[in-house]
Amino acid sequence: MIEASINAFSYVLKGSAAVVRYILRRILFMLPVALLVSFLTFMMIHLIPGDPARILLGEYATPQSVAALDRQLGLDKPLPVQFVLWLTQALSGNLGQSIQLQQPVVQAIEQRLPVTVELGVCALLYSLILAIPLGIYSATHRNSLGDWLANVFSLFSTAIPVFVLGLALIFFFAVAIRLFPPGGYVSFGDDPAGNIRDLILPMVTLGTGVVAVNMRQIRANMVEVLGQDYVRTARAKGLSEQRVAYVHALKNAFLPVLTIVGLQIGSILAGAFIVETIFLWPGIGQLTIMSILSKDYPIVQGVVLLSAFSYMAANLLIDICYAFLDPRIRFER
Amino acid sequence: MATPTGFQQPETMTIRPVAKASRRISRALYNFAHDPRLWFGVILLVFVIAAIFAPFISPYPPLLYHPAIAEQGPTLAHLLGTDDLGRDQLSRVIYGTRISLTVGIASILIGGLLGTLMGIIGAYFKGWIDQVIIMITDTLLSFPSLILALAIVAALGPSIVNVLIALAIVRIPIYARLARGQTLQATTEGYVTAAIASGTRARKIMFRHILPNIFTPLLVQATISISLAILDESTLSFLGLGVQPPTPEWGSMISEAQVYLTSDPWMLLGPTLAIILIVLSLNILGDALRDHLNPRSKDIRGMGAPLRE
Repeated sequence: MIEASINAFSYVLKGSAAVVRYILRRILFMLPVALLVSFLTFMMIHLIPGDPARILLGEYATPQSVAALDRQLGLDKPLPVQFVLWLTQALSGNLGQSIQLQQPVVQAIEQRLPVTVELGVCALLYSLILAIPLGIYSATHRNSLGDWLANVFSLFSTAIPVFVLGLALIFFFAVAIRLFPPGGYVSFGDDPAGNIRDLILPMVTLGTGVVAVNMRQIRANMVEVLGQDYVRTARAKGLSEQRVAYVHALKNAFLPVLTIVGLQIGSILAGAFIVETIFLWPGIGQLTIMSILSKDYPIVQGVVLLSAFSYMAANLLIDICYAFLDPRIRFER
Repeated sequence: MATPTGFQQPETMTIRPVAKASRRISRALYNFAHDPRLWFGVILLVFVIAAIFAPFISPYPPLLYHPAIAEQGPTLAHLLGTDDLGRDQLSRVIYGTRISLTVGIASILIGGLLGTLMGIIGAYFKGWIDQVIIMITDTLLSFPSLILALAIVAALGPSIVNVLIALAIVRIPIYARLARGQTLQATTEGYVTAAIASGTRARKIMFRHILPNIFTPLLVQATISISLAILDESTLSFLGLGVQPPTPEWGSMISEAQVYLTSDPWMLLGPTLAIILIVLSLNILGDALRDHLNPRSKDIRGMGAPLRE
């Protein structure tokens, strides 16, 4: 046992130089994309028909203040210069001022971030906790009734829009039987029990569609892995079917799921926007939808930029984990 | 985002010359025609007919309001009940089919066409064109898709045409990646090398030789994409960013009905069922189509699952 772990450790050390090279290359390739992402987000405000300064100041701005902001933002300068100015501001943590909220964009987002993170992380955990056993069961009991039921569940849960599921859950669990509140949010620090009570319905709403995707993927990977030689060897050694499935097969079947989880961070983030709107959670999603409807463009711009960068960072992180776990990746190319 | 292993190109099929490909497709279609899952096509057909013949089928004009009979549950006169203004829900659901199907199909046609074009051109010419196309694709994929759609609609203003534009742009990178991967594989095949050697023009090789051979995975992806686009469109309309009232549309109907969740939950029934049924039947048909066009994935359900974003 000890010898094995020492071996594993030295193996990781040997591989780590390659991993570092891999990470550096990934970041290098990411830089131009990050620049383009920033440029697209910057251009958002220039796509809107009309004068950006007027849009930024809202409908009731005086011509003087519009002209002043024009000068202050450098809107009289050519577009590339404007972009560089905007980017240097953004890099130093200044994403401008909200029109409606009378506070900096970064501050408005910071205040609401914990709410969205709590919702997203819990929904992701809920989906994995449900999907892993279901996927393994389906793969080890192929074409059984349970497998069929799991498949039907996955078909339905991907066909139900998030907002419909949310309203249905509110109807059944908050209106018909008053088990959970229909909406609202208290922070965990103020009222832990209330926070968890408020969390259940939004979490289930957001996570259920993801369960189906994860379950299908785990089932598919397990089916493939279970057909491989080392699994046959494990069986031939006389190991229990459960040990074969959970210890030997799952380890390899889970790797591709990591990638999917990375992609899901995007849909969970977008889903959180809808769930927060339905359940009246004061998170980034609710802020964004309100800002779009009230034409508070600096906020929308800030949220779009931040969500793109966190999505990119999450996927980079997952690729790095992948490189550590699967030696084939880091020696590619 | 660069994601390791072949996940981005799930449909790795053996590519054969055009003649054989068409024979293979016709055999697959024959099998497909005998699949019980094809019955879900009937549901889809009902929706298509409802969309085309909406004025003849719907029992009432969708905008005709009648305050005296507002907020009623299902009755014989109004099979799905009435909304808060006494408008017939069934008629509104039928008219809503037009918007969902139009936006769903048109956004995939536009986005899919542009993406496929980019993918084939990039993979065929390689070099800097390919690099530029990869960079555009990676950039678009760096945004969570619904958030990108939200941003585009926010910039262009809430309307159904802008939703269509946004949803088309959002699908471009998926098709670009899929088509690029498939084309890269195809260009190593004998029939393409032969076409190049015989001096066939690049445009002809790309569209007459390569495209027909990489068409099936794109088609499978498209069936699933249409259901995703329908879901996204109704979501944007639900949030108030798509179709504006009083135009009948499923997402905005649900948004209007959610206020009456406690007093008149029936109002949700029609549009909810419509969305679920159409998405479900599209997904099941897409699965069946994939199983028959790509037999390798038949037993490993979800293995060649089209990219979900």
